[in-house]
Amino acid sequence: MRPIFIIVDSQSVVITPQPFPVNPGQLILQGTALSCIRQDRVLFEQLNVSVQAGELVQIAGKNGAGKSSLLRILAGLAQPDDGQLGYQQHSLSDVAAEYAANLCYIGHQSGIHEQLTALENISFWRAASEVDQADDFALLAKLGLAGLEDIPCRMLSAGQQRRVSLARLWFTRRQLWILDEPFTALDQSAINMLQQHFVEHLQQGGAIVITTHQALSVSFPHQTTLELAYRW
Amino acid sequence: MFKWLHPFAKPETVYHLCGRFYPWLISAGILLLLLGNIWGLAFTPPDYQQGDSYRIIHIHVPSAIMSMGTYSAMAIAAFIALVWQVKVAQWSVLAIAPVGAIYTAIALITGMAWGKPMWGTWWVWDARLTSELILLFLYLGVIALSGAFTDRQTGAKAASLLAIVGVINLPVIHFSVEWWNTLHQGASITKFAKPSIDPSMLWPLLISILAFKVIMLALVCLRLRTAILLNEQHRPWVKAMAKGQ
Amino acid sequence: MVVLVSFIQRELRLLARQKADWLNPLLFFVIVLSLFPLGVGPEANLLRIMAPGIVWIAALLSVLLAAERLFKDDYRNGVIEQLVAARQPLLSFVLAKLLTNWLSTGLPLVLLSPVVALLLNIETAGFVAMLLTLLLGTPLLSLLSVMGAALTVSADKGGILLALLILPLYIPLLIFASAAMEAAAMNMPYHGQLAIMLAMLLFAMALIPMAVISALKLNVS
Repeated sequence: MRPIFIIVDSQSVVITPQPFPVNPGQLILQGTALSCIRQDRVLFEQLNVSVQAGELVQIAGKNGAGKSSLLRILAGLAQPDDGQLGYQQHSLSDVAAEYAANLCYIGHQSGIHEQLTALENISFWRAASEVDQADDFALLAKLGLAGLEDIPCRMLSAGQQRRVSLARLWFTRRQLWILDEPFTALDQSAINMLQQHFVEHLQQGGAIVITTHQALSVSFPHQTTLELAYRW
Repeated sequence: MFKWLHPFAKPETVYHLCGRFYPWLISAGILLLLLGNIWGLAFTPPDYQQGDSYRIIHIHVPSAIMSMGTYSAMAIAAFIALVWQVKVAQWSVLAIAPVGAIYTAIALITGMAWGKPMWGTWWVWDARLTSELILLFLYLGVIALSGAFTDRQTGAKAASLLAIVGVINLPVIHFSVEWWNTLHQGASITKFAKPSIDPSMLWPLLISILAFKVIMLALVCLRLRTAILLNEQHRPWVKAMAKGQ
Repeated sequence: MVVLVSFIQRELRLLARQKADWLNPLLFFVIVLSLFPLGVGPEANLLRIMAPGIVWIAALLSVLLAAERLFKDDYRNGVIEQLVAARQPLLSFVLAKLLTNWLSTGLPLVLLSPVVALLLNIETAGFVAMLLTLLLGTPLLSLLSVMGAALTVSADKGGILLALLILPLYIPLLIFASAAMEAAAMNMPYHGQLAIMLAMLLFAMALIPMAVISALKLNVS
């Protein structure tokens, strides 16, 4: 079922995700016996993964172990070479549209255009997520980008660009977040802020899948780590 | 709806099926080709107008017909590949494309060779020759696109999409070229456009067409087997087979 | 609709910031046109006969060139991938790209046509025909080029490959557009050719956005 959202006043400063009508602990995404072959190399075989509401799944592993490939499979972008994906007790291919409507995927690339300013990028993603326009200055200030709103993103540092990219998480109203290396290039204060935001999302019944090399500094109530071994 | 077809989408089944068909297809194809061509070249009367030079139709006509037939076969495979996400169909597109391109090239070269005694020049911007040339471009586009990606599967899917676009365009291209030809050249070239053919010449021609078709199927079987092995080399069934030999 | 408008605004902003992307193909068009008289000689009658072919070949090359970079940035920075993953309004994205691509490459060609007529000694009747064929034909050029650009967006080799794929598909348009111009130059009616061009355009408008969407999808999967 698609969560029913409360219409948010377009003047409100920062939209917080509304509670999702799901029971905590409900199974959201399940992958069974997944395998992935890239460029004639088997990245993983017979991999099981499941994501519940309120759970954060951290996918760890060496470079080239297939973390990003797994995320792309979970996000429905790539097909597994073997195995099944299920979403809320249905086969993913049967409910692909519903699944995608509940998904926010931010991949390895930032998803921001370098020629556009931070404000313009955010307003693009607001339009794409079909969320009402709101006061993005306050959101950018919260993300530590006050005064940089009107500068093309190519002039920003890598960490600042990453913040613009992650700004989506503050206005998107989707249950499942799949984030590839969200902490890359962020400084410690931004990492802490993002993890705090994760906690809020999980408390509201959301679910998060991330890849990261770093140990998480916040302890999440329901956290699972999946270690991918590098295979030759 | 397609439940009963589903086992045939499994690479392993297709691999073995192609392996079983290939020897029959290739031997039947070669036999038919020999029969049709020897009959056509040696045992039919010469044309009252063109003398012996018409005999090139036993190569030219089958390859021209099959160049178009192969393109539609490729487009059907491409449609299955994209709509039902069948991997074997994706690989079939890539298996079919070079065979069709070669047939098109044969049709072009023999067409030119036939044109020399007929028109006194190797190349005339005749509607059918021009269409055939454009068809060759379309084939080469599919082949070039399939090889342009680091990821083989993306290449196969992109080539499939292009094949479908091409088959939708092909009639438009064909008729516009024909119209363009009548606009610029008048009726002088189309003197031999629809020659009525004597049954004694028709039978060997039909056999040759069948031979080209069967050989096409044989070559596609062979290429598809290779493609399946290449793409499935890490699967247990391929490994088991490699160990068994 | 709101989404579409906001996407169009974004594309227009990008065009305003990356002027070379659409100015260079226009310059290319004019330079190619001025090379032909240098190649075949400046004789007015000869140029008038060759004008339809010259104009249309130059137009399709320049539109093709302009389309090549259309999706590259958004592919590299992950916008397309993330739009596809979340099933976000890809159709609006593609329509915005198509519309702004035509506004920045096709429409300027239509506006440039008086200059072309001067350079190639085209008379009034031929000029009107050229204007009409460009008006009907450049949207079709845009559609086909954008489809090619979407197909090759993640390919390792760009430009030449795109030309190889798309140029054969241009042939019907080339034939009918230059035939219309030729007919006009001989004071013959040419609305038949225009009607066929319009039919091809409508047909392409119905199908090509879908093809572009699936091309983008398969390039990020």
